[in-house]
Amino acid sequence: MGGMTAPARDAGLQPQRTRLAWRRTTLAGTVTAVLAVRASVRAASPLTGAVLVLLCCVCWLAFLGLAHLRISTLAASPEPPTLTPRLAWAATGCAMALAVCAAVLVS
Amino acid sequence: MSEFVRNVRLWLEPGRVREQGTTPDYRFSLANERTFLAWLRTALALIGGGFAVDQFLPHLRWAWRVGLALALLGAGVLCALRAVHHWVRCEQAMRRGEDLPVSRFPAVLSLLVAVVAVAMVVVVLAGWAG
Repeated sequence: MGGMTAPARDAGLQPQRTRLAWRRTTLAGTVTAVLAVRASVRAASPLTGAVLVLLCCVCWLAFLGLAHLRISTLAASPEPPTLTPRLAWAATGCAMALAVCAAVLVS
Repeated sequence: MSEFVRNVRLWLEPGRVREQGTTPDYRFSLANERTFLAWLRTALALIGGGFAVDQFLPHLRWAWRVGLALALLGAGVLCALRAVHHWVRCEQAMRRGEDLPVSRFPAVLSLLVAVVAVAMVVVVLAGWAG
């Protein structure tokens, strides 16, 4: 991914740690999305299953995109700007959409 | 109550966060962001747990299976909402130079997860699989 610039020394390595936190979160999202797709494929009705598989994939890809966007921003400057509320809400929305898929499947 | 109204306004107009106070040291904002991500991971894990109960305990009686799965999913959704809400509040507090907000949420969530876990163990061991 983005090449790390060599900023003034940050003893806490904050941007790198934040980048890794995004990676970990993407990984957690991937595990959940895989479980979601597995459940969707076994849904009672094929149509519901197909729609949910599509929705889960869209959620996962959206989260991947958001994480990539933020990681690029973090890598772009030695003192990166604050996370935007819009991006935070979008990431949260992806997680909640997966939960909605699960609720549909369970009931 | 006014606090609640102010928070709802913040949710609806997140841009307002940046209009207050002064921008804190970027390292504090990044630490806040990592906390937000940690909560989001917790939410994703709970949602994954909801899927797992539904998928891997197919022999449970319907009511138990759905009840446990929905409890985990509900906790996950609450956790996700809380993640972003707490992040906004912390960011605001830092901008205004106030103390960071305290919250009962972690304790309540811990209790809820403990109750669900015990219920799951009891249900599986007691063989109430219907």
